[in-house]
Amino acid sequence: MFAYVVKRLLSGVVVLFLVSMTIFLVFWYGPQEPAQVVCDRQTSNRCGERIELYRENLGYNNAWYEEYGTFLKGIAVGRDIKFGNRELSCAAPCLGRSYLNDAPVWEEMKTRMPATFSVAIGGAALYLLLGIPIGIAAARRRGTLADKALVSSFLVISSIPYYLFALLVWLFLTISWEIPLFAETGYFPLTDNPAKWFSGLFLAWIALGVFGCTSYTRYTRGSMVEVLGEDYIRTAKAKGLASTKVVYKHGLRSALVPVVTIFGIDFGTLLAGTIFTEQIFDIEGIGRWALNAVYQRDLPVVAATALFGATILIISNLIVDVVYSILDPRVRFS
Amino acid sequence: MTAAEPMTTPAPTGGSVEDEPLLVIEDLTVRFPTEDGVVSAVTDLSYSVDLGKTLGIVGESGSGKSVSSMAVLGLHDARTARISGSIRLRGAEIVGMSEAKLRKLRGNEVAMIFQDALAALHPFYRVGNQLAEAYQEHHPDASKRDARRKAIEMLDRVGIPRPDRRVDDFPHQFSGGMRQRAMIAMGLINDPSLLIADEPTTALDVTVQAQILDLLQDLQREFNSAVIIITHDLGVIAEMADDVLVMYSGRAVEYGPCKDILVHPEMPYTWGLLSSVPDVTSDPDARMIPIPGNPPSLLAPPTGCPFHPRCAHRDKVPGDLCRTALPELLPGGRGGHHVKRCHLTNPDAIYEAEVLPEIAPDLAEER
Repeated sequence: MFAYVVKRLLSGVVVLFLVSMTIFLVFWYGPQEPAQVVCDRQTSNRCGERIELYRENLGYNNAWYEEYGTFLKGIAVGRDIKFGNRELSCAAPCLGRSYLNDAPVWEEMKTRMPATFSVAIGGAALYLLLGIPIGIAAARRRGTLADKALVSSFLVISSIPYYLFALLVWLFLTISWEIPLFAETGYFPLTDNPAKWFSGLFLAWIALGVFGCTSYTRYTRGSMVEVLGEDYIRTAKAKGLASTKVVYKHGLRSALVPVVTIFGIDFGTLLAGTIFTEQIFDIEGIGRWALNAVYQRDLPVVAATALFGATILIISNLIVDVVYSILDPRVRFS
Repeated sequence: MTAAEPMTTPAPTGGSVEDEPLLVIEDLTVRFPTEDGVVSAVTDLSYSVDLGKTLGIVGESGSGKSVSSMAVLGLHDARTARISGSIRLRGAEIVGMSEAKLRKLRGNEVAMIFQDALAALHPFYRVGNQLAEAYQEHHPDASKRDARRKAIEMLDRVGIPRPDRRVDDFPHQFSGGMRQRAMIAMGLINDPSLLIADEPTTALDVTVQAQILDLLQDLQREFNSAVIIITHDLGVIAEMADDVLVMYSGRAVEYGPCKDILVHPEMPYTWGLLSSVPDVTSDPDARMIPIPGNPPSLLAPPTGCPFHPRCAHRDKVPGDLCRTALPELLPGGRGGHHVKRCHLTNPDAIYEAEVLPEIAPDLAEER
């Protein structure tokens, strides 16, 4: 097991290396003149011929692999960055400095992570806590009126685009009905004021949780229905086990395997930044930051958030595989 | 026709319970209403098994073999199955029994061994834990340690080498034969009085099949349980069974002592089964004759005798009887306990004159 995790970690590092290089190259050879933003800002939009100077200073006249090497070195040990005529230090792990305000990207990212993680963890917890039990209940009552009503009503919810759903939730609960609990959405640090942290994020969690639970209900139900038809479930019944034990001990463990796989990827995506959720509920997280960076052509931030997303996904995939091997001994021993 | 109906059936009186065989099935009918119509999986089935005896149930896939024995464990979902008739185990009526009482029977009084042990054992739990779970369920006072010891003891009893180590293996780490042994160990762990083996050797290769059958016979002698062995392999029947029940289209078509049925079969379907058995030791000139056609639909079974569309001998019955009238299950020419469901008046003669010379020329000459 330990060797397996180490092996997976190493292959994850290789993947990250390739991803970071791809991201780097996309921007290097991209349609946008990367130095333009800095030049415009520092010359009050009278950049003109001076762009060449900025290109030189920012390193865009060097070969890409030299600069990529500098970028990697920055992540490992830190580096100094030239901005126009200034030279600013950037401590490891250096993801560059923002082209808009010179701030070190990593420092900014650190301040935004708690918001994004709070949204992701709360939302995911809610949709699992709702989706899995409802899915199990539906599977046990498959074919009944209650099951059919549930499945079709959930299909209606999941047919609505998420941004519209989240927007409607906010418009009704916060604006129209003015429910006090949902009055002030946004991120407030947990350590400052736990109650405010909770009430600020609660609506975002509800939007994510209710919307997400419709999918998890369907995954769980489908997987459970399939598992309950397996021979080993019949064996468990033939032993004389109570039906709750048959369903939860023998059924659920198998049924969760595909759900865990989907959840790993979903949760990774959530952790990497929830653009719609953060935008609608006014949460200063990674997603919103990445979106603004794209608008403002702030390359270091775009690259850093993309790399962050890739890292999170690789880690969550690794965790999925480990959980998978805990659930299914056939994976563990092969 | 409803599952609730038999609950009102008066329980057999004390005296008859003493005399009655361990398991008595009377007029068992199992139907599954589906969107396409009602599937009659088992119709008016009756049989009985005594302690220490083995009943073999033979028939093609879909003949109702497994469905009828699942009913003995009460394993059919009450929402999808309509069960009527009577299943009595030691006089206790199983049809309509409460789930709580059924659970006390399952795995305890009646145990079942399924055909594909790889699919029938949970892939995620250790073999020993699955055995121990079956034990603990019916021995709530037993500690985990006791249950584990019992599991090891049973694995040893069914011939698993180094059971104290293999007890912690997962099913996929066992070979096919070992998995089936483990299934048998799980079935017998609570010393059931009735063991139902549903095609226990189908998924195994021939040498292992023989070992498993030997093991089952040894264990039956040791535990003195009643055994129902479901199979489509007449070789298994010949080796194991005291009585044989031949099923076709959800009904019993021939039922009687094993020797009678194998030596003097009186129903063309049984002849067909016998004709399609390969036998390496027999005359190489003997022909293997498959039964033409396919098993009938259980949604709309043929009129009259369900076997008539595939029967080579229906012309020997006067009139259109085979197509119009369902033959009753009546004693044949050899009387008594050997019953068959067929309109033929002289099946013995037809068998010896027409069927036997084809499938076993040497035997035909001896007679």
